[in-house]
Amino acid sequence: MLLAESVIELFTNNFVVFVLAMFIGFEIISKVPPILHTPLMSGSNAISGITIVGALVIAGLHHAWWSEFFGFLAVTFAMINVVGGYTVTDRMLAMFKRR
Amino acid sequence: MDWSCAALLAQHAASAPGAAAVEQELTAVTRLAINLSYLLSAALFIFGLKMLAHPRTARIGNRLSAFGMLIAIVVTLGDRHIVSYWTIIAGIIAGGTIGAILAVRVKMTGMPQMVGLLNGFGGLASAVVAFGEFLWSAADPSKTPRIDTLVSIGLSVLIGTVTFTGSLTAFAKLEGLKFRGIVLSNPFVFPFQHWLNVGLLLLTVLMITFVTRNYEHALWAVILLYLIAAALGVLVVMPIGGADMPVVISLLNSYSGLAAMTTGFALDNYCLIITGSLVGASGIILTKIMCDAMNRSLLNVVAGGFGQEASGPGSTQAATGLTVRKMDAEEAAMVLEAAQSVVIVPGYGMAVAQAQHSVAEMAALLEKKGVNVRYGIHPVAGRMPGHMNVLLAEANVPYEQLYDLSINDEMPQIDVAIVIGANDVVNPAARDEPGNPIYGMPIFEVDKCKTVMVSKRSLNPGFAGIENPLFYKENTVMLFGDAKKMVTEISQQLKGH
Repeated sequence: MLLAESVIELFTNNFVVFVLAMFIGFEIISKVPPILHTPLMSGSNAISGITIVGALVIAGLHHAWWSEFFGFLAVTFAMINVVGGYTVTDRMLAMFKRR
Repeated sequence: MDWSCAALLAQHAASAPGAAAVEQELTAVTRLAINLSYLLSAALFIFGLKMLAHPRTARIGNRLSAFGMLIAIVVTLGDRHIVSYWTIIAGIIAGGTIGAILAVRVKMTGMPQMVGLLNGFGGLASAVVAFGEFLWSAADPSKTPRIDTLVSIGLSVLIGTVTFTGSLTAFAKLEGLKFRGIVLSNPFVFPFQHWLNVGLLLLTVLMITFVTRNYEHALWAVILLYLIAAALGVLVVMPIGGADMPVVISLLNSYSGLAAMTTGFALDNYCLIITGSLVGASGIILTKIMCDAMNRSLLNVVAGGFGQEASGPGSTQAATGLTVRKMDAEEAAMVLEAAQSVVIVPGYGMAVAQAQHSVAEMAALLEKKGVNVRYGIHPVAGRMPGHMNVLLAEANVPYEQLYDLSINDEMPQIDVAIVIGANDVVNPAARDEPGNPIYGMPIFEVDKCKTVMVSKRSLNPGFAGIENPLFYKENTVMLFGDAKKMVTEISQQLKGH
Protein backbone atom coordinates (compact mmCIF):
# COMPACT_ATOMS: atom_id res chain seq x y z
CA MET A 1 0.00 0.00 0.00
CA LEU A 2 2.98 2.28 0.42
CA LEU A 3 4.04 4.45 -2.44
CA ALA A 4 6.72 2.07 -3.56
CA GLU A 5 9.02 2.81 -6.44
CA SER A 6 7.10 0.47 -8.75
CA VAL A 7 3.77 2.13 -7.89
CA ILE A 8 5.12 5.53 -8.92
CA GLU A 9 6.57 4.00 -12.06
CA LEU A 10 3.35 2.23 -13.13
CA PHE A 11 1.11 5.15 -12.30
CA THR A 12 3.37 7.55 -14.20
CA ASN A 13 3.26 5.27 -17.25
CA ASN A 14 -0.53 5.26 -17.17
CA PHE A 15 -0.66 9.00 -16.65
CA VAL A 16 1.70 9.74 -19.55
CA VAL A 17 -0.46 7.63 -21.87
CA PHE A 18 -3.56 9.46 -20.62
CA VAL A 19 -2.14 12.94 -21.23
CA LEU A 20 -0.82 12.11 -24.71
CA ALA A 21 -4.13 10.45 -25.66
CA MET A 22 -6.01 13.55 -24.52
CA PHE A 23 -3.82 15.68 -26.82
CA ILE A 24 -4.50 13.37 -29.76
CA GLY A 25 -8.21 13.43 -28.94
CA PHE A 26 -8.44 17.21 -28.89
CA GLU A 27 -6.38 17.44 -32.08
CA ILE A 28 -8.45 14.99 -34.14
CA ILE A 29 -11.90 15.73 -32.82
CA SER A 30 -11.66 19.48 -33.30
CA LYS A 31 -11.35 18.69 -37.03
CA VAL A 32 -14.72 16.91 -37.20
CA PRO A 33 -17.22 19.27 -38.94
CA PRO A 34 -20.50 20.19 -37.17
CA ILE A 35 -22.61 18.24 -39.68
CA LEU A 36 -21.05 15.01 -38.37
CA HIS A 37 -21.28 15.79 -34.66
CA THR A 38 -24.10 13.31 -33.99
CA PRO A 39 -22.27 10.36 -35.64
CA LEU A 40 -19.14 11.52 -33.81
CA MET A 41 -20.99 11.19 -30.52
CA SER A 42 -22.53 7.82 -31.23
CA GLY A 43 -19.27 6.55 -32.74
CA SER A 44 -17.14 7.70 -29.82
CA ASN A 45 -19.83 6.27 -27.58
CA ALA A 46 -19.33 2.90 -29.23
CA ILE A 47 -15.59 2.94 -28.65
CA SER A 48 -16.07 3.80 -24.99
CA GLY A 49 -17.50 0.28 -24.85
CA ILE A 50 -13.82 -0.81 -24.91
CA THR A 51 -14.41 -1.37 -21.23
CA ILE A 52 -15.66 -4.77 -22.47
CA VAL A 53 -12.01 -5.83 -22.35
CA GLY A 54 -12.15 -5.69 -18.56
CA ALA A 55 -15.63 -7.17 -18.49
CA LEU A 56 -14.56 -10.26 -20.45
CA VAL A 57 -11.78 -11.11 -18.01
CA ILE A 58 -14.07 -10.86 -15.00
CA ALA A 59 -16.79 -12.91 -16.69
CA GLY A 60 -14.28 -15.63 -17.55
CA LEU A 61 -12.60 -15.90 -14.15
CA HIS A 62 -14.87 -18.72 -12.97
CA HIS A 63 -13.77 -17.67 -9.53
CA ALA A 64 -16.98 -17.30 -7.53
CA TRP A 65 -20.66 -16.59 -8.03
CA TRP A 66 -20.02 -12.84 -7.95
CA SER A 67 -17.46 -12.90 -10.72
CA GLU A 68 -19.89 -14.81 -12.96
CA PHE A 69 -22.78 -12.51 -12.06
CA PHE A 70 -21.05 -9.15 -12.35
CA GLY A 71 -19.03 -10.37 -15.30
CA PHE A 72 -22.21 -11.29 -17.13
CA LEU A 73 -23.76 -7.90 -16.35
CA ALA A 74 -20.63 -6.00 -17.41
CA VAL A 75 -20.26 -7.93 -20.70
CA THR A 76 -23.95 -7.42 -21.47
CA PHE A 77 -23.91 -3.66 -20.79
CA ALA A 78 -20.66 -3.12 -22.68
CA MET A 79 -21.92 -5.19 -25.59
CA ILE A 80 -25.14 -3.11 -25.82
CA ASN A 81 -22.90 -0.07 -25.95
CA VAL A 82 -20.58 -1.49 -28.62
CA VAL A 83 -23.10 -3.11 -30.96
CA GLY A 84 -25.73 -0.38 -30.52
CA GLY A 85 -23.18 2.41 -30.95
CA TYR A 86 -21.52 1.11 -34.12
CA THR A 87 -24.80 0.06 -35.76
CA VAL A 88 -26.54 3.35 -35.14
CA THR A 89 -23.50 5.30 -36.36
CA ASP A 90 -23.35 3.25 -39.53
CA ARG A 91 -27.07 3.83 -40.12
CA MET A 92 -26.61 7.57 -39.82
CA LEU A 93 -23.48 7.79 -41.95
CA ALA A 94 -25.17 5.82 -44.72
CA MET A 95 -27.65 8.70 -45.05
CA PHE A 96 -25.09 11.43 -45.73
CA LYS A 97 -25.06 11.66 -49.51
CA ARG A 98 -23.76 14.01 -52.13
CA ARG A 99 -26.01 15.82 -54.55
CA MET B 1 1.57 16.16 -34.72
CA ASP B 2 -0.97 13.35 -34.42
CA TRP B 3 1.36 10.76 -35.74
CA SER B 4 4.39 11.71 -33.73
CA CYS B 5 2.20 11.36 -30.65
CA ALA B 6 0.91 8.03 -31.83
CA ALA B 7 4.45 6.84 -32.42
CA LEU B 8 5.37 7.87 -28.90
CA LEU B 9 2.44 5.92 -27.55
CA ALA B 10 3.49 2.98 -29.64
CA GLN B 11 6.97 2.91 -28.16
CA HIS B 12 5.43 3.24 -24.77
CA ALA B 13 3.00 0.37 -24.96
CA ALA B 14 5.62 -1.88 -26.46
CA SER B 15 8.32 -1.21 -23.89
CA ALA B 16 6.53 -0.55 -20.59
CA PRO B 17 5.91 -3.63 -18.45
CA GLY B 18 2.29 -2.92 -17.26
CA ALA B 19 1.21 -4.20 -13.88
CA ALA B 20 -1.22 -6.81 -15.16
CA ALA B 21 1.66 -8.31 -17.06
CA VAL B 22 3.80 -8.53 -13.94
CA GLU B 23 1.56 -11.13 -12.37
CA GLN B 24 0.89 -12.95 -15.56
CA GLU B 25 2.76 -16.15 -16.25
CA LEU B 26 2.35 -15.78 -19.97
CA THR B 27 5.51 -15.89 -21.92
CA ALA B 28 6.94 -12.51 -22.74
CA VAL B 29 6.22 -13.01 -26.41
CA THR B 30 2.50 -13.66 -25.92
CA ARG B 31 2.29 -10.70 -23.59
CA LEU B 32 3.92 -8.52 -26.19
CA ALA B 33 1.53 -9.78 -28.85
CA ILE B 34 -1.51 -8.96 -26.70
CA ASN B 35 -0.18 -5.50 -25.86
CA LEU B 36 0.56 -4.76 -29.49
CA SER B 37 -2.90 -5.92 -30.52
CA TYR B 38 -4.43 -3.54 -28.01
CA LEU B 39 -2.25 -0.82 -29.47
CA LEU B 40 -3.48 -1.72 -32.95
CA SER B 41 -7.06 -1.40 -31.70
CA ALA B 42 -6.35 2.01 -30.22
CA ALA B 43 -4.67 3.08 -33.47
CA LEU B 44 -7.73 1.95 -35.45
CA PHE B 45 -9.99 3.97 -33.13
CA ILE B 46 -7.80 7.03 -33.74
CA PHE B 47 -7.83 6.43 -37.51
CA GLY B 48 -11.60 5.95 -37.42
CA LEU B 49 -12.15 9.24 -35.62
CA LYS B 50 -9.77 10.98 -38.01
CA MET B 51 -11.81 9.77 -40.97
CA LEU B 52 -14.91 11.33 -39.46
CA ALA B 53 -13.48 14.66 -40.65
CA HIS B 54 -15.36 14.20 -43.94
CA PRO B 55 -18.74 12.62 -44.80
CA ARG B 56 -17.05 10.81 -47.70
CA THR B 57 -14.67 8.82 -45.50
CA ALA B 58 -16.72 8.73 -42.30
CA ARG B 59 -18.50 5.45 -42.90
CA ILE B 60 -15.29 3.52 -43.62
CA GLY B 61 -13.78 5.16 -40.53
CA ASN B 62 -16.59 3.87 -38.36
CA ARG B 63 -16.11 0.37 -39.74
CA LEU B 64 -12.35 0.48 -39.16
CA SER B 65 -13.09 1.48 -35.60
CA ALA B 66 -15.52 -1.45 -35.23
CA PHE B 67 -12.80 -3.74 -36.59
CA GLY B 68 -10.46 -2.39 -33.91
CA MET B 69 -13.04 -3.31 -31.30
CA LEU B 70 -13.31 -6.82 -32.71
CA ILE B 71 -9.52 -7.24 -32.45
CA ALA B 72 -9.56 -6.06 -28.82
CA ILE B 73 -12.35 -8.50 -27.92
CA VAL B 74 -10.77 -11.50 -29.68
CA VAL B 75 -7.34 -10.88 -28.18
CA THR B 76 -8.79 -10.53 -24.68
CA LEU B 77 -10.42 -13.96 -24.99
CA GLY B 78 -6.89 -15.35 -24.99
CA ASP B 79 -6.19 -13.90 -21.53
CA ARG B 80 -4.90 -16.65 -19.26
CA HIS B 81 -7.24 -15.63 -16.42
CA ILE B 82 -10.21 -16.65 -18.51
CA VAL B 83 -11.09 -20.27 -17.78
CA SER B 84 -14.80 -20.38 -18.56
CA TYR B 85 -16.45 -19.05 -21.69
CA TRP B 86 -20.13 -19.73 -20.93
CA THR B 87 -20.77 -16.51 -19.06
CA ILE B 88 -18.95 -14.59 -21.75
CA ILE B 89 -20.94 -16.13 -24.56
CA ALA B 90 -24.21 -15.48 -22.70
CA GLY B 91 -23.29 -11.84 -22.11
CA ILE B 92 -22.16 -11.28 -25.68
CA ILE B 93 -25.37 -12.75 -27.09
CA ALA B 94 -27.63 -10.88 -24.64
CA GLY B 95 -25.92 -7.51 -25.02
CA GLY B 96 -25.36 -7.85 -28.75
CA THR B 97 -29.01 -8.68 -29.38
CA ILE B 98 -30.33 -5.85 -27.20
CA GLY B 99 -27.89 -3.38 -28.76
CA ALA B 100 -28.72 -4.42 -32.32
CA ILE B 101 -32.48 -4.25 -31.74
CA LEU B 102 -32.22 -0.81 -30.14
CA ALA B 103 -30.00 0.48 -32.94
CA VAL B 104 -32.12 -0.82 -35.82
CA ARG B 105 -35.42 0.29 -34.36
CA VAL B 106 -34.58 3.83 -33.24
CA LYS B 107 -35.96 6.71 -35.31
CA MET B 108 -33.63 9.53 -36.25
CA THR B 109 -35.69 11.98 -34.17
CA GLY B 110 -35.08 9.73 -31.16
CA MET B 111 -31.31 9.71 -31.64
CA PRO B 112 -30.50 11.94 -28.61
CA GLN B 113 -32.32 9.55 -26.25
CA MET B 114 -30.62 6.59 -27.91
CA VAL B 115 -27.13 8.02 -27.61
CA GLY B 116 -27.94 9.02 -24.03
CA LEU B 117 -29.05 5.48 -23.20
CA LEU B 118 -25.99 3.88 -24.84
CA ASN B 119 -23.73 6.29 -22.94
CA GLY B 120 -25.44 5.18 -19.77
CA PHE B 121 -24.80 1.49 -20.47
CA GLY B 122 -21.16 2.22 -21.26
CA GLY B 123 -20.75 4.07 -17.98
CA LEU B 124 -22.49 1.33 -16.03
CA ALA B 125 -20.31 -1.35 -17.66
CA SER B 126 -17.18 0.53 -16.55
CA ALA B 127 -18.53 0.89 -13.02
CA VAL B 128 -19.34 -2.84 -12.83
CA VAL B 129 -15.90 -3.79 -14.19
CA ALA B 130 -14.30 -1.62 -11.52
CA PHE B 131 -16.42 -3.34 -8.86
CA GLY B 132 -15.38 -6.76 -10.16
CA GLU B 133 -11.74 -5.69 -10.04
CA PHE B 134 -12.25 -4.52 -6.45
CA LEU B 135 -13.84 -7.81 -5.36
CA TRP B 136 -11.10 -9.74 -7.10
CA SER B 137 -8.39 -7.76 -5.31
CA ALA B 138 -10.13 -8.07 -1.94
CA ALA B 139 -10.71 -11.81 -2.39
CA ASP B 140 -7.08 -12.59 -3.10
CA PRO B 141 -4.95 -12.26 0.05
CA SER B 142 -1.77 -12.94 -1.90
CA LYS B 143 -1.83 -9.59 -3.65
CA THR B 144 -2.06 -6.12 -2.17
CA PRO B 145 -3.70 -3.64 -4.53
CA ARG B 146 -1.81 -0.44 -5.25
CA ILE B 147 -3.18 2.80 -3.91
CA ASP B 148 -3.60 4.29 -7.41
CA THR B 149 -5.56 1.18 -8.44
CA LEU B 150 -7.95 1.64 -5.52
CA VAL B 151 -8.43 5.34 -6.23
CA SER B 152 -9.09 4.52 -9.89
CA ILE B 153 -11.64 1.87 -8.92
CA GLY B 154 -13.42 4.42 -6.72
CA LEU B 155 -13.43 7.07 -9.44
CA SER B 156 -14.65 4.58 -12.02
CA VAL B 157 -17.56 3.53 -9.79
CA LEU B 158 -18.37 7.19 -9.15
CA ILE B 159 -18.16 8.47 -12.75
CA GLY B 160 -19.66 5.35 -14.32
CA THR B 161 -22.68 5.33 -12.05
CA VAL B 162 -23.26 9.08 -12.39
CA THR B 163 -23.16 8.55 -16.16
CA PHE B 164 -25.71 5.78 -15.89
CA THR B 165 -28.36 7.43 -13.72
CA GLY B 166 -27.68 10.82 -15.33
CA SER B 167 -28.28 9.30 -18.75
CA LEU B 168 -31.49 7.64 -17.60
CA THR B 169 -32.71 10.99 -16.28
CA ALA B 170 -31.78 12.68 -19.56
CA PHE B 171 -33.55 9.86 -21.41
CA ALA B 172 -36.74 10.46 -19.40
CA LYS B 173 -36.56 14.17 -20.18
CA LEU B 174 -35.92 13.68 -23.89
CA GLU B 175 -38.67 11.09 -24.24
CA GLY B 176 -41.04 13.61 -22.69
CA LEU B 177 -41.98 11.15 -19.97
CA LYS B 178 -44.27 12.19 -17.15
CA PHE B 179 -44.12 11.16 -13.52
CA ARG B 180 -47.38 11.63 -11.57
CA GLY B 181 -48.41 14.36 -13.96
CA ILE B 182 -45.09 16.19 -13.77
CA VAL B 183 -43.45 16.81 -17.14
CA LEU B 184 -39.90 15.59 -16.51
CA SER B 185 -38.38 17.72 -19.28
CA ASN B 186 -39.07 20.84 -17.22
CA PRO B 187 -36.24 21.92 -14.95
CA PHE B 188 -36.76 20.63 -11.43
CA VAL B 189 -35.26 22.95 -8.86
CA PHE B 190 -35.51 22.94 -5.08
CA PRO B 191 -33.79 24.95 -2.32
CA PHE B 192 -30.20 24.05 -1.38
CA GLN B 193 -30.07 21.65 -4.33
CA HIS B 194 -26.51 22.57 -5.24
CA TRP B 195 -25.31 22.38 -1.64
CA LEU B 196 -26.79 18.92 -1.43
CA ASN B 197 -24.83 17.92 -4.54
CA VAL B 198 -21.61 19.39 -3.15
CA GLY B 199 -22.23 17.54 0.13
CA LEU B 200 -22.75 14.23 -1.68
CA LEU B 201 -19.63 14.79 -3.74
CA LEU B 202 -17.58 15.36 -0.58
CA LEU B 203 -19.07 12.16 0.83
CA THR B 204 -17.82 10.25 -2.23
CA VAL B 205 -14.31 11.61 -1.63
CA LEU B 206 -14.59 10.33 1.94
CA MET B 207 -15.68 6.88 0.73
CA ILE B 208 -12.83 6.63 -1.78
CA THR B 209 -10.35 7.65 0.91
CA PHE B 210 -11.72 4.95 3.19
CA VAL B 211 -11.39 2.36 0.43
CA THR B 212 -7.71 3.20 -0.04
CA ARG B 213 -7.03 3.02 3.72
CA ASN B 214 -8.84 -0.18 4.48
CA TYR B 215 -9.70 -2.01 1.32
CA GLU B 216 -10.24 -5.39 2.96
CA HIS B 217 -13.20 -4.10 4.94
CA ALA B 218 -14.45 -1.54 2.45
CA LEU B 219 -17.20 -3.44 0.65
CA TRP B 220 -19.89 -1.36 2.38
CA ALA B 221 -18.06 1.83 1.39
CA VAL B 222 -18.00 0.79 -2.27
CA ILE B 223 -21.70 -0.08 -2.18
CA LEU B 224 -22.46 3.24 -0.49
CA LEU B 225 -20.37 4.91 -3.20
CA TYR B 226 -22.63 3.33 -5.82
CA LEU B 227 -25.76 4.60 -4.08
CA ILE B 228 -24.45 8.15 -3.63
CA ALA B 229 -23.26 8.26 -7.24
CA ALA B 230 -26.63 7.00 -8.43
CA ALA B 231 -28.39 9.79 -6.53
CA LEU B 232 -25.88 12.36 -7.79
CA GLY B 233 -26.49 11.43 -11.42
CA VAL B 234 -30.22 12.04 -11.06
CA LEU B 235 -29.81 15.21 -8.98
CA VAL B 236 -27.31 16.79 -11.36
CA VAL B 237 -29.45 16.34 -14.50
CA MET B 238 -32.84 17.07 -12.90
CA PRO B 239 -32.59 20.87 -12.80
CA ILE B 240 -31.58 21.13 -16.46
CA GLY B 241 -34.32 22.03 -18.92
CA GLY B 242 -35.23 20.25 -22.15
CA ALA B 243 -33.63 22.86 -24.39
CA ASP B 244 -30.26 22.48 -22.66
CA MET B 245 -30.13 18.74 -23.36
CA PRO B 246 -27.43 19.07 -26.08
CA VAL B 247 -25.03 20.16 -23.34
CA VAL B 248 -26.10 17.36 -21.00
CA ILE B 249 -25.76 14.68 -23.66
CA SER B 250 -22.29 15.96 -24.61
CA LEU B 251 -21.22 16.05 -20.99
CA LEU B 252 -22.47 12.51 -20.34
CA ASN B 253 -20.64 11.39 -23.47
CA SER B 254 -17.46 12.77 -21.97
CA TYR B 255 -18.20 11.04 -18.63
CA SER B 256 -18.66 7.64 -20.25
CA GLY B 257 -15.18 8.08 -21.75
CA LEU B 258 -13.68 9.19 -18.46
CA ALA B 259 -15.25 6.17 -16.73
CA ALA B 260 -13.56 3.85 -19.26
CA MET B 261 -10.31 5.80 -18.77
CA THR B 262 -10.34 5.40 -14.97
CA THR B 263 -11.14 1.71 -15.40
CA GLY B 264 -8.05 1.58 -17.61
CA PHE B 265 -6.01 3.06 -14.74
CA ALA B 266 -7.45 0.41 -12.41
CA LEU B 267 -6.58 -2.44 -14.78
CA ASP B 268 -3.30 -0.91 -16.05
CA ASN B 269 -4.68 -1.30 -19.55
CA TYR B 270 -3.34 1.23 -22.06
CA CYS B 271 -6.05 0.49 -24.59
CA LEU B 272 -8.75 1.53 -22.12
CA ILE B 273 -6.82 4.62 -21.06
CA ILE B 274 -6.22 5.80 -24.64
CA THR B 275 -9.75 5.10 -25.81
CA GLY B 276 -11.43 6.53 -22.74
CA SER B 277 -9.35 9.70 -23.08
CA LEU B 278 -10.33 10.10 -26.75
CA VAL B 279 -14.00 9.87 -25.87
CA GLY B 280 -13.53 12.15 -22.88
CA ALA B 281 -11.84 14.74 -25.10
CA SER B 282 -14.60 14.43 -27.70
CA GLY B 283 -17.32 15.05 -25.12
CA ILE B 284 -15.46 18.02 -23.65
CA ILE B 285 -15.07 19.65 -27.09
CA LEU B 286 -18.74 19.14 -27.96
CA THR B 287 -19.81 20.48 -24.55
CA LYS B 288 -17.77 23.62 -25.16
CA ILE B 289 -19.19 24.08 -28.69
CA MET B 290 -22.73 23.76 -27.32
CA CYS B 291 -22.12 26.24 -24.50
CA ASP B 292 -20.48 28.74 -26.88
CA ALA B 293 -23.41 28.40 -29.27
CA MET B 294 -25.72 29.52 -26.48
CA ASN B 295 -23.25 32.06 -25.10
CA ARG B 296 -23.54 30.49 -21.68
CA SER B 297 -21.01 29.05 -19.31
CA LEU B 298 -21.06 25.37 -18.43
CA LEU B 299 -21.70 26.34 -14.81
CA ASN B 300 -24.75 28.37 -15.87
CA VAL B 301 -26.15 25.40 -17.81
CA VAL B 302 -25.47 22.90 -15.04
CA ALA B 303 -27.01 25.23 -12.44
CA GLY B 304 -30.23 24.64 -14.35
CA GLY B 305 -33.66 26.23 -14.11
CA PHE B 306 -33.39 27.31 -17.74
CA GLY B 307 -35.54 26.22 -20.63
CA GLN B 308 -39.10 25.90 -19.35
CA GLU B 309 -41.23 24.75 -22.28
CA ALA B 310 -43.63 27.39 -23.53
CA SER B 311 -47.22 26.37 -22.86
CA GLY B 312 -50.72 27.69 -23.38
CA PRO B 313 -52.69 28.14 -26.57
CA GLY B 314 -50.61 31.08 -27.81
CA SER B 315 -51.83 34.00 -29.83
CA THR B 316 -51.24 35.08 -33.39
CA GLN B 317 -51.99 38.65 -32.37
CA ALA B 318 -49.00 40.93 -31.99
CA ALA B 319 -48.23 42.71 -28.75
CA THR B 320 -49.65 46.19 -28.49
CA GLY B 321 -48.48 48.73 -31.03
CA LEU B 322 -46.67 46.20 -33.18
CA THR B 323 -47.95 44.70 -36.38
CA VAL B 324 -46.99 41.51 -38.15
CA ARG B 325 -47.56 40.72 -41.81
CA LYS B 326 -49.12 37.40 -42.62
CA MET B 327 -48.78 35.51 -45.86
CA ASP B 328 -50.50 32.42 -47.23
CA ALA B 329 -48.96 29.50 -49.08
CA GLU B 330 -49.88 30.78 -52.54
CA GLU B 331 -48.18 34.13 -52.06
CA ALA B 332 -45.19 32.50 -50.40
CA ALA B 333 -44.77 30.15 -53.37
CA MET B 334 -44.76 33.11 -55.78
CA VAL B 335 -42.15 34.99 -53.76
CA LEU B 336 -39.97 31.87 -53.54
CA GLU B 337 -40.20 31.19 -57.27
CA ALA B 338 -39.00 34.68 -58.04
CA ALA B 339 -35.99 34.28 -55.74
CA GLN B 340 -32.48 33.42 -56.86
CA SER B 341 -31.18 32.17 -53.56
CA VAL B 342 -32.98 30.86 -50.49
CA VAL B 343 -31.70 29.85 -47.07
CA ILE B 344 -33.76 27.57 -44.85
CA VAL B 345 -33.16 27.82 -41.10
CA PRO B 346 -34.75 24.83 -39.35
CA GLY B 347 -35.18 24.51 -35.59
CA TYR B 348 -36.35 21.73 -33.34
CA GLY B 349 -39.94 22.76 -34.12
CA MET B 350 -39.42 21.36 -37.62
CA ALA B 351 -38.49 17.96 -36.21
CA VAL B 352 -41.43 18.03 -33.77
CA ALA B 353 -43.78 18.70 -36.71
CA GLN B 354 -42.01 15.88 -38.66
CA ALA B 355 -41.71 18.40 -41.48
CA GLN B 356 -38.16 17.61 -42.67
CA HIS B 357 -39.30 15.45 -45.59
CA SER B 358 -41.80 18.08 -46.74
CA VAL B 359 -39.12 20.76 -46.43
CA ALA B 360 -36.69 18.69 -48.51
CA GLU B 361 -39.39 18.17 -51.15
CA MET B 362 -40.08 21.91 -51.34
CA ALA B 363 -36.35 22.62 -51.61
CA ALA B 364 -36.02 20.10 -54.46
CA LEU B 365 -38.89 21.77 -56.35
CA LEU B 366 -37.25 25.16 -55.93
CA GLU B 367 -33.92 23.80 -57.14
CA LYS B 368 -35.62 22.48 -60.26
CA LYS B 369 -36.80 26.01 -60.92
CA GLY B 370 -33.21 27.24 -60.70
CA VAL B 371 -33.31 28.58 -57.16
CA ASN B 372 -30.13 28.10 -55.12
CA VAL B 373 -31.24 26.48 -51.84
CA ARG B 374 -29.06 26.11 -48.77
CA TYR B 375 -29.70 25.28 -45.11
CA GLY B 376 -28.40 27.17 -42.09
CA ILE B 377 -27.99 24.77 -39.16
CA HIS B 378 -27.30 26.30 -35.76
CA PRO B 379 -25.07 24.23 -33.46
CA VAL B 380 -27.88 23.92 -30.89
CA ALA B 381 -30.67 23.19 -33.38
CA GLY B 382 -32.11 19.89 -32.24
CA ARG B 383 -31.59 18.00 -29.01
CA MET B 384 -27.97 16.93 -29.46
CA PRO B 385 -24.95 18.25 -31.37
CA GLY B 386 -25.46 17.82 -35.12
CA HIS B 387 -28.96 16.35 -34.69
CA MET B 388 -30.59 18.58 -37.34
CA ASN B 389 -28.01 17.55 -39.96
CA VAL B 390 -28.90 13.90 -39.44
CA LEU B 391 -32.61 14.62 -39.75
CA LEU B 392 -32.04 16.49 -43.02
CA ALA B 393 -29.67 13.83 -44.34
CA GLU B 394 -32.42 11.29 -43.67
CA ALA B 395 -34.74 13.44 -45.81
CA ASN B 396 -32.18 13.12 -48.65
CA VAL B 397 -30.80 16.63 -48.38
CA PRO B 398 -27.29 16.50 -49.88
CA TYR B 399 -24.67 17.43 -47.31
CA GLU B 400 -23.16 20.12 -49.54
CA GLN B 401 -26.27 22.19 -48.82
CA LEU B 402 -25.80 22.13 -45.04
CA TYR B 403 -24.08 25.24 -43.69
CA ASP B 404 -23.22 26.41 -40.21
CA LEU B 405 -23.10 30.01 -38.97
CA SER B 406 -20.49 30.85 -41.62
CA ILE B 407 -23.35 31.49 -44.08
CA ASN B 408 -24.01 34.77 -42.20
CA ASP B 409 -21.52 36.58 -44.46
CA GLU B 410 -23.81 35.98 -47.42
CA MET B 411 -27.11 36.91 -45.80
CA PRO B 412 -27.40 40.39 -47.46
CA GLN B 413 -27.24 38.72 -50.91
CA ILE B 414 -29.87 36.08 -50.11
CA ASP B 415 -33.39 36.80 -51.36
CA VAL B 416 -35.50 34.74 -49.00
CA ALA B 417 -34.81 33.19 -45.63
CA ILE B 418 -37.35 30.59 -44.45
CA VAL B 419 -37.33 30.05 -40.70
CA ILE B 420 -39.08 26.80 -39.75
CA GLY B 421 -39.65 25.99 -36.12
CA ALA B 422 -36.65 28.03 -35.00
CA ASN B 423 -36.87 31.10 -32.81
CA ASP B 424 -34.03 32.08 -30.48
CA VAL B 425 -31.34 31.22 -33.05
CA VAL B 426 -32.67 33.93 -35.41
CA ASN B 427 -33.56 36.49 -32.74
CA PRO B 428 -31.81 39.78 -33.60
CA ALA B 429 -32.12 40.81 -29.93
CA ALA B 430 -29.15 38.51 -29.29
CA ARG B 431 -27.11 40.89 -31.46
CA ASP B 432 -28.78 44.27 -30.84
CA GLU B 433 -30.02 44.42 -27.25
CA PRO B 434 -27.34 44.35 -24.56
CA GLY B 435 -29.04 43.21 -21.38
CA ASN B 436 -31.32 40.80 -23.19
CA PRO B 437 -30.93 37.32 -21.62
CA ILE B 438 -29.74 35.84 -24.91
CA TYR B 439 -27.49 38.80 -25.83
CA GLY B 440 -24.20 37.58 -27.28
CA MET B 441 -25.53 34.24 -28.45
CA PRO B 442 -24.47 33.68 -32.07
CA ILE B 443 -27.48 33.83 -34.42
CA PHE B 444 -28.33 33.51 -38.08
CA GLU B 445 -28.76 37.12 -39.21
CA VAL B 446 -31.75 36.32 -41.42
CA ASP B 447 -33.09 39.84 -40.89
CA LYS B 448 -30.42 40.96 -43.37
CA CYS B 449 -32.03 38.91 -46.15
CA LYS B 450 -34.39 40.69 -48.51
CA THR B 451 -37.42 38.74 -47.26
CA VAL B 452 -37.80 36.59 -44.16
CA MET B 453 -40.58 34.00 -43.93
CA VAL B 454 -41.25 32.64 -40.48
CA SER B 455 -43.30 29.45 -40.25
CA LYS B 456 -44.70 29.25 -36.74
CA ARG B 457 -47.85 28.12 -34.97
CA SER B 458 -48.28 31.34 -33.04
CA LEU B 459 -46.34 34.29 -31.70
CA ASN B 460 -45.42 32.33 -28.57
CA PRO B 461 -41.88 33.03 -27.46
CA GLY B 462 -39.29 30.25 -27.77
CA PHE B 463 -37.64 28.13 -25.08
CA ALA B 464 -35.84 31.08 -23.58
CA GLY B 465 -39.24 32.83 -23.23
CA ILE B 466 -37.95 35.92 -24.97
CA GLU B 467 -39.86 38.14 -27.41
CA ASN B 468 -38.48 38.02 -30.94
CA PRO B 469 -38.33 41.44 -32.67
CA LEU B 470 -37.67 39.63 -35.97
CA PHE B 471 -41.41 38.92 -36.30
CA TYR B 472 -42.21 42.64 -36.42
CA LYS B 473 -39.55 43.71 -38.93
CA GLU B 474 -40.62 45.26 -42.23
CA ASN B 475 -39.07 42.52 -44.34
CA THR B 476 -40.62 39.69 -42.27
CA VAL B 477 -43.77 37.81 -43.14
CA MET B 478 -45.39 35.20 -40.89
CA LEU B 479 -46.68 31.88 -42.21
CA PHE B 480 -48.94 30.88 -39.33
CA GLY B 481 -49.94 27.26 -38.92
CA ASP B 482 -48.50 23.77 -38.72
CA ALA B 483 -45.06 23.75 -40.36
CA LYS B 484 -45.59 20.50 -42.26
CA LYS B 485 -48.98 21.57 -43.63
CA MET B 486 -47.71 24.99 -44.64
CA VAL B 487 -44.64 23.64 -46.42
CA THR B 488 -46.69 20.96 -48.21
CA GLU B 489 -49.13 23.62 -49.42
CA ILE B 490 -46.27 25.73 -50.75
CA SER B 491 -44.95 22.66 -52.60
CA GLN B 492 -48.35 22.07 -54.17
CA GLN B 493 -48.44 25.68 -55.33
CA LEU B 494 -44.94 25.31 -56.78
CA LYS B 495 -45.97 22.17 -58.67
CA GLY B 496 -49.05 23.93 -60.07
CA HIS B 497 -47.11 26.82 -61.61
